[in-house]
Order: sequence, then structure tokens, then C-alpha cells
Amino acid sequence: MKIRQLSLFLENRPGQLLVPCRLLGEAGIDILTMSLADTQQFGILRLVVKEADRARALLEAAGMVVNLTEVLAVDVPDRPGGLAEVLAAFDRAGVSVEYMYPFATRERGKSATLLFRLEEPDRAVKALQEKGVRLASSEELFARAGA
Amino acid sequence: MKDWNDAPGGFHPASAPDFLPRRELGRLQLGRLQAVVARAFERVPLVRARMEQRGLEPRHLESLRDLARLPFTVKTDLRDTYPFGLFASPMEEIVRLHASSGTTGKPIVVAYTEEDLRVWTSVMVRTFAACGLHRGDVVQNAYGYGLFTGGLGAHYGAEALGATVIPISGGNTERQLMVLKDFNVTAICCTPSYMVHLCERAKEAGVGFGRLKVGVFGAEPWSESMRAHIEREAGIRAHDIYGLSEIIGPGVGIECHRQDGLHLFEDHFYPEVIDPESGEALQDGAEGELVLTTLSKQAMPMIRYRTRDITALVPEPCACGRTLRRIRRIGRRSDDMFIIRGVNVFPSQIEAALLQVEGTLPHYQIVLTREKGLDEIEVQVEVTPDVFSDVVGALEALRRALESAIDHVLGLRVKVTLVAPRTLARSEGKAKRVQDRRGV
Repeated sequence: MKIRQLSLFLENRPGQLLVPCRLLGEAGIDILTMSLADTQQFGILRLVVKEADRARALLEAAGMVVNLTEVLAVDVPDRPGGLAEVLAAFDRAGVSVEYMYPFATRERGKSATLLFRLEEPDRAVKALQEKGVRLASSEELFARAGA
Repeated sequence: MKDWNDAPGGFHPASAPDFLPRRELGRLQLGRLQAVVARAFERVPLVRARMEQRGLEPRHLESLRDLARLPFTVKTDLRDTYPFGLFASPMEEIVRLHASSGTTGKPIVVAYTEEDLRVWTSVMVRTFAACGLHRGDVVQNAYGYGLFTGGLGAHYGAEALGATVIPISGGNTERQLMVLKDFNVTAICCTPSYMVHLCERAKEAGVGFGRLKVGVFGAEPWSESMRAHIEREAGIRAHDIYGLSEIIGPGVGIECHRQDGLHLFEDHFYPEVIDPESGEALQDGAEGELVLTTLSKQAMPMIRYRTRDITALVPEPCACGRTLRRIRRIGRRSDDMFIIRGVNVFPSQIEAALLQVEGTLPHYQIVLTREKGLDEIEVQVEVTPDVFSDVVGALEALRRALESAIDHVLGLRVKVTLVAPRTLARSEGKAKRVQDRRGV
């Protein structure tokens, strides 16, 4: 149920974002979704790719600092109020969110997918499913993205 | 003939010992040296042990040249004997303690008996007299008051001189400028970089320096071009003062009105210059590390203390007529210590702080810059896989923890910047940890 996400440290200097993107592109690794969290000083680039281990090895060999984190992919009804319902369920389940961002591909009219990093992912999986929240697996995500 | 009578401020009687004929000075020095070595041998275990190791006793000191046979004292000796291990007087006789930063965060403690304070005051009076100051001058003392020897050292000296002393200490630039004008200040004591800052702010505010004519600047190295800048901007004569807490505080040396090298009060502090690698004593004129021996201190006599400052003794006599030898202005050190805002900093202190927060030592670089006369220090730290967190808050917390740890060790606010790995220069041998872009 958990999605493997790569995160990279980027200094806030011109060209820093280009480096990992070019490396992955040259290696034929498709970025399925990404998010960039920024502060004044630095940024954290979060990526979901199909071959997480190969991508990580590649980026580390180029001298980058890479983390592998597990995030949850939550399917959210693609209509107004859909997100609010899901978040309300999070609340009832007592699940705390570190960050979230949308997955780039969605099934129009059916559901959008959001990636969440949670404080206690294992407990959260159980608690959320009990509250009727639908979680997507890596396979499903990759299929939707045509990866 | 020497021009001391034409010196600004004229001749001050307190300066008389500055003009002692060399032969008499030599006799005075030898007598005092023999006494201080005997005292240290008797009362300071470290000195005794080292001398005995070489088969030396105080009686072996028959001429000033014999000093070169005695063992050195180094900064780590003060750290290793913290707090009072080098004292030669019982605590009841010690009436003052001061402290300054050591290499690892534990301060270096120095002590004074009543007589030591009298000597300290006397060399400070001679210091101010050499700058052309006397009773009637108004002295703004912007050196920090407290454990730092600068504040109280300058204070006691200026007061004993008979000047009107304003113990304003450091900081609060607006107030400094206001007092400078309103109190008719004629002389100021502070770090040269702070003076540059005062000049900037005065210019911005469109205010002048009133009756200011002299500045006594020290506690950090500063260039001739900085001196020219200060003299031009403030319309004053800017004197370089030299001192160190381990020896006495300020008052070891001062530029006379010729401003061409600093006269050392060698009737109290005997100088040598050595080759920093071999420890061999060098002739006057050769550049090397300054070594000082206190000739009259009771509470904490220092025998052949290695200052780590690089300079040379000037062989020629000064046109002012003083027989006290001069040293060249000090530009650099033989170790990696640097000075920022008048505070001594060793990269090892910053390393200790980084190590404490991260558990390992990351690659780091210290970058020093100067904005409008104020020194800024930035510590760039490479992010390692161990500390890299996926959560922004955690990285921010790391940054703040590093800043806090460094602040705790140095007493200075620094800016920590996280940088990508492998972006800081690597080097073989001793890494160049400090990039000093201040153009001092």
C-alpha cells in the first residue's frame, strides 16, 4: 500500500533543479509525479518514479543526497467536497499529516490521487481503511500513469 | 635630535620609562627576569617540571641570552591547567580575575594581584600618553567591559592618566555617536572594524565627530588602508594598540605618534621572535612568531609565551626617541585563529559545535564578510545522508540547532547555510576552513 518516493536536497541556486531532472531523463527514467518544497535557503524535491532503486543509485553516484520515503496514495472523489471528506476521515482516525501533494495523473471524473506523508504510516493505513478511505497501490498508480 | 617634545600632546612625564637608555634597560630586564623565573620555578608546577626536565634552574639564567634555553608556554597549557593551575599567588592575594576564549570553549583564566593591577594601569597610562593624550582629554571607552580585559584595562589607564573616562562599553551605535558629540569626546577606544561602522553610520546620519582627534584601536588585525580610511573619514589619528590577556590585556605595545611600528613596554614584557617551526630564536629584523615573557607579573607570570602572532622586531631606533623596541604591525597568525568583531575564534570551536549536533563532522566552510563595517560570519555545512530529512521542518530545525550550538560555544550569532554535498572545496593536508573576504 505504500508508495516509494525519492527526495533530494537542492540548494537554492540556479540550475540545481535541472541536474537531477537531466540525469533521470538521460537514464530513461520517467518521473510520474513530483513536488518541490522550498524555503529561502534550500528546496526538497520529491519524486515518484517506477524504478526507485535505480534512480536513487544514479542520483547518489552523481553526488546528491537522496532519501527514500514511503508515502500513501489516497484516492479522492473528483468532485467539490471530495477532499474535505477525506481529510475529515483523517481527522476521525487521528492521523497526522507531514505534507501532501497531488499525483500528476488522475482518472477524470472518477478520482484524483493525493500522496501523503504521515507521521505513523502503518497505523494510518489501517485506521484510514476502516474509515472508508481508498488507498491506491504502486501498481495501480503506475498503470494509471501508463508507466 | 629626537622629536618627542614636538609630539602631539607634548612630553608626558609618565612616558619617562619609555626613554630608558638601553644599557640600563638591559640591567633592569635581567634583574626582573631572574626574579620572575625564580618565582615561577618555585610556585608554578608546570614551569618547574619543564625546567627540571632540561636540567635547568633559575641560577642558570645569567644573561638575557640565557632566556632562549628556557621552555615555552603555550595556549593549551592554560587550557590544561584550567582554571587556576598557572597561578603563582595564593587566592587571597588575587584581586582580579579575567577570562578570554580558549580553543575548546573553556575560557582562559588570568589573574592579578594589587601590584599587577598597578603595573597594568601604568603601562596603559604610558599607552595613552604615547598617543598624545593627557589630563583634559575625554575618552570614550567602547571596548567591552566584563571578563574581557579590553574594557577595564583601557578604563583604569585612561582614568589614572587623568582623562575624563566614559565607560560606554560596546554596542548601541546611535548612543555612541550621540555621546561622542555631546560629551565633547577627544579620544575613542574600540575595535577598528567598529570604528569603520561608526564612520558609516555617522555619514548616513549626517553627523560629525565633534572634537574627536585620536583613536586607540586593537583586539583585531587591521591594514594600513583601513587606517587611512578611518583617519580620513573621522579626521583623527588612528593608533594601533597590541595586547593579549595571557600577558596582561591591552598595554603590551602601542604606536607612538610616528605610527610606524608598535613600541613594546619591554621593561615589563620581554620580547623574542622565534621560527614557528623550529622554535629557534631569531635576530631582530627577522619575521617569526612573537614570544613574550612577563617581567613583573606576580599572580600569573608567563615564561616565553608563544603568542602565535607573526611579526618582526624593528632593529632601528624610532624617531620619537623611545628606546623601547618596536614590532611590525601584526597581520597574521601562525595558527588558524581568526578574529571577528573583536572575538577570537578557532575553527575547532565551530567543529566541536557541529560535531555535537550531528554526531559526526560534516564538511564545512567559514565565510567572513564585512557589511558596512560590521563583520558577518556564515558557516556553510554540507548536507549528509544522515541528517537529510524529507521534511522541511526537520532541516530547518537542524539549521537552527547548528546556529544555536555555535552561538553557545562562541557567544556570537552566526548564519548557518546548508549546502549540497561535494560543493565545498576539498584539499590535501590542512583544509582551508576559513574564507576571509573582509579585505582587511
